[in-house]
Amino acid sequence: MTTQNAWVWIEHHQGEVANSSWEAIGAARTLASQVSACIFGQGVKELAQQAIQYGADRVFLADDATLADFRVEAQASLLSQLAQEHGPDIILFGATTRGRELAPTVAVDLETGSIADVTALEEKDGKLIATRPIYAGKLLSKCLIAERRPQILSLRARAFARLEPDAGRSGEIVQVAPALAEDQIKNKVTGLEAAEGQVSLADAGIIVSGGRGVNSPEGFEPVLELAQVLGAALGASRAAVDAGWIPYMHQVGQTGKTVSPDLYIACGISGAIQHQAGMRNSQVIVAINKDPEAPIFKLAHYGVVGDLFQVVPALTAALKEKLA
Amino acid sequence: MHIVVCTKHVPDSAAKMSVDDAGNVSWGDAPLVINPWDEYAVEEALLLKDEHDGQVTVVAVGPEDAREALKHAVAMGCDAAIRIWDESFAGSDTLATSYILAQTINKLDDVDLVLMGRATIDSDTAQVGPALARRLGYAPLTYTIKIVALDPGAKTISVERLLEQGRQSVTSSLPAVVGTVKDINEPRYPSFRGIRKAAKLKMPVWDAAEIEADASKVGAAGSGVAWPTIYAPPARKGEAEIIASDDVNKAAATLADKLIAAKVI
Repeated sequence: MTTQNAWVWIEHHQGEVANSSWEAIGAARTLASQVSACIFGQGVKELAQQAIQYGADRVFLADDATLADFRVEAQASLLSQLAQEHGPDIILFGATTRGRELAPTVAVDLETGSIADVTALEEKDGKLIATRPIYAGKLLSKCLIAERRPQILSLRARAFARLEPDAGRSGEIVQVAPALAEDQIKNKVTGLEAAEGQVSLADAGIIVSGGRGVNSPEGFEPVLELAQVLGAALGASRAAVDAGWIPYMHQVGQTGKTVSPDLYIACGISGAIQHQAGMRNSQVIVAINKDPEAPIFKLAHYGVVGDLFQVVPALTAALKEKLA
Repeated sequence: MHIVVCTKHVPDSAAKMSVDDAGNVSWGDAPLVINPWDEYAVEEALLLKDEHDGQVTVVAVGPEDAREALKHAVAMGCDAAIRIWDESFAGSDTLATSYILAQTINKLDDVDLVLMGRATIDSDTAQVGPALARRLGYAPLTYTIKIVALDPGAKTISVERLLEQGRQSVTSSLPAVVGTVKDINEPRYPSFRGIRKAAKLKMPVWDAAEIEADASKVGAAGSGVAWPTIYAPPARKGEAEIIASDDVNKAAATLADKLIAAKVI
């Protein structure tokens, strides 16, 4: 191991830690001999024990009202200040919206490199090499931060394995104070309209997506029913989003989300190159499409040529029966 | 009100990308276009310009090719365009690029707002916006899906941001860096008049001396990250197993069994 000291920034929301943060601890454990977790929030003391169970040796814990809502300025200033004091070799983040905002902010404070959305890590000649998709996965890039420290990386959700929590592990908890006072933080959070009961695309093990073939907003109903039976996230192609049938937050592709679930079911999606770019790394791909010549079948592992309005409800019914 | 939009030129999203043995990336005969995400930033700038009687300057860091993105933004309605380039900027990562943009914006007068797309579709790091806000000391408002209120006199701004957890409402101060996501607006097409204006517009090029850049903070020397290897992902092996669908229920049952056997559900 070339890294002695790895830190992981822990993302949490309403008392729950993002899976990608536990995965980052899992990745840190494979790289470093000492792993520290940074948990900044309000009412988050209980999360410190969880972080230790998931593999942290030490937790920097800040519990303060100024950290109640996620605000990049407050999180970054504290993390940068601690990093300047302790000099970690590497700081890992989950490549979520928050992680991808915080990582480059801290990198500016520390005048160091930040590699976004890493999907694989390897050590070669004593150097840490990170693989990340570019052009939404049409190509891959191997990157490194050769000189500067700490190395900052955000890790794509589901690309790294988290450890099984071990209640027998022990670790040190270090209480730290916030770096900024309330009047030094420009952003004030005034509300959150929660996304209702939907599985997020980034974390989803299964995604069921609809495309041009669904034909209308109502056409998404059978697609959604299949998603619900599987506990899957609902995705969409750009064609369906541009037609106004489904909100943009569901879009998969080069101008939407890039995903890599275990199972991706494409319903009525032809598979334009910009959609393929967003989902080609899925472990198993199923295509359901009327057109046997649709490019999606070149990418798929299983294909059904047929009308999605017949095939999808039949699949929903079959899975209901078999999974019951 | 002075609004700056940061943009970049990228290969069209429909481009087939390839890499040769020397590691040179090619997009075939696909056109270079304005980064699609940035069109939302330009549109939002133009809407705010009309509302607040403002002025919009579009900037891009890049060699001659970057003119395509700037021309498109001017054709949409931006007032002025500046290309920022110096041979010493080649190889800049997001740390160095954010420095170059910050130096540029600090040279401009009375900037109230910087707008940019949430990411570029080529390198897709989404890092320059947050890094730029930090360098400038501006309020960081990334992933904005709606500008709810903006008061240039009082120097306040309220936005809604699209996060995994939902829509977050934030009030903050100007100047700010606002990163836009799709759905914030519907970008206009360039008008015929706009295209003619863009064709005739003189586009100054600001170099390292013009933006007073410290040579140790730009290009490869000013970067933390290097990317020595770019390669095409291995092609997927094998062909799709097509499940006969004469009987839809049978096909569905067969597919369900295969997915269960593959242990993905």
